[in-house]
Amino acid sequence: MKILVPIKRVVDYNVKVRPLSDNTDVDLNNVKMAVNPFCEIALEEAVRIKEAGNADEIIAITVGKNESQEQLRTALALGADRAILVESDELLEPLAIAKVLAKISTEESPDIILMGKQAIDGDNNQTGQMLAELLGVSQATNASEVTIEGDVLKVTREIDGGLQTIQITKPAIITTDLRLNEPRYASLPNIMKAKKKELTVKPVTDLGIDVTKRVDVLSVELPPSREAGVMVETVDDLLEKLKNEAKVIS
Amino acid sequence: MSILVIAEHDNSNLKAGTLNTLAAAQQLSGDVDLFISGNNHDGVINEAKTIDGLNQIISVDSEIYNNFLAEDIANIVASLESEYDYFLAPSSTFGKNFMPRVAAKIDTQMISDIIEILSEDTYKRPIYAGSCIATVKSNDSKKVITVRTTAFDPVQKNNSDVPVKTIDALTELNLSSFVGEELAQSDRPELTSASIVISGGRGMQSGDNFHLLDSIADKLGAAVGASRAAVDAGFVPNDYQVGQTGKIVAPDLYIAVGISGAIQHLAGMKDSKVIVAINKDEDAPIFQVADYGLVADLFNALPEIDSKL
Repeated sequence: MKILVPIKRVVDYNVKVRPLSDNTDVDLNNVKMAVNPFCEIALEEAVRIKEAGNADEIIAITVGKNESQEQLRTALALGADRAILVESDELLEPLAIAKVLAKISTEESPDIILMGKQAIDGDNNQTGQMLAELLGVSQATNASEVTIEGDVLKVTREIDGGLQTIQITKPAIITTDLRLNEPRYASLPNIMKAKKKELTVKPVTDLGIDVTKRVDVLSVELPPSREAGVMVETVDDLLEKLKNEAKVIS
Repeated sequence: MSILVIAEHDNSNLKAGTLNTLAAAQQLSGDVDLFISGNNHDGVINEAKTIDGLNQIISVDSEIYNNFLAEDIANIVASLESEYDYFLAPSSTFGKNFMPRVAAKIDTQMISDIIEILSEDTYKRPIYAGSCIATVKSNDSKKVITVRTTAFDPVQKNNSDVPVKTIDALTELNLSSFVGEELAQSDRPELTSASIVISGGRGMQSGDNFHLLDSIADKLGAAVGASRAAVDAGFVPNDYQVGQTGKIVAPDLYIAVGISGAIQHLAGMKDSKVIVAINKDEDAPIFQVADYGLVADLFNALPEIDSKL
């Protein structure tokens, strides 16, 4: 069985992102970049499936700028067997990325595509579902547990009211939620080994896919800030203010 | 222009977020139709007939749609492509699950989680966990949009007889099947629509200690939430989580107890009208967004609040 794990290079989750001074975009100059946390969870799940003897090969893939090779090397150090960079100088929108991934999936024929439910930059939560639709396959989003029983996958999903379990048939797309697993760290020997693993670079222009932007970002601004609050000394002060000043309790 | 809003419901009642999504739809110019796919959902249709400003209800009733599986809902919504210019759904786990499939099917770059409509094609949406707000303009002829429901006041229900058009189900795709569900049972209001929310964080130390919040919540008619740290630690189930990847809430009063205030949590609650923070660490970032801050040990403060309410 073959697992494809699409990953994304994003700003490290600890970085507080701000707009550029001309408000045309976010300021990504000299900020630390990393593998999107949900993608790490997807990769970890793929590695665990392989370790349990249920998969033979894990391919990490990303669609992005040349420097995304750094994140693919991380994926290789964490257990991917080989990696593909579909290189694009422009950052592509989710639909275009899904089209690129669909094209590569048709070439690679993975049994499962495991990916993050969203990237923490755009917070779109679209690519996995779009890819599933483009390939005409089933999906299980927001996975918190994956069980493999032959050709059938049982996936528990985090939904607003609690948990839902569905059954999907391979090939299928699973997008990962936070509590699916806790990703491991790459060990030094594995980081060294990753340097020798195969990393293929394909220019996106070779794929013959229209990746033209459909959405213009007109501006990026800080959200309205909240006015500074007050500190209260006692529970009595707090309740008094909530009743008489804010009037939110009676 | 015509606009289709896809209703979220449980075959018995409409979910509150549907009314907020309709409010966003009514800011666009055009007739607004409400699409209800479900199974034996007459109660939902009767409720929907009372919604103000609706042109008509489109209903499809079949067991295929009983569990709202993404593949089949996306299929029937996209089949209405030629009749509508806009497709809107709440940005809940329901809407997020199938709307990108609709967008892929009709070849449109979807716009997720809008918080403001500036014009027919230009919207505001949060990015980077709400650290920034992007203004985006869609150049696609058809728009597929999910709506952050807390950013729009719900439409009212003073109407009496919105017309209903019934359509046929499509052939079942049989791509996925429903196995089971564990839904939280609670007499308290739903987190996303409660007017008061009290949430606990890692500082609660255990799941048992959440009873300190439960008791106050019952007195205030509040919903109980949690930070990711508290959910990850296993104190409470995932459906309690407020934040970037959990639920987005904007109640009149949000009380954060033992929550440090990571940006991922703030993303889910900072649009609340009044925020109270109770934390023993006076440097906790939660105090920067709080209207009222109390530096105290929650194990003393909570019982005191409880006794004085």
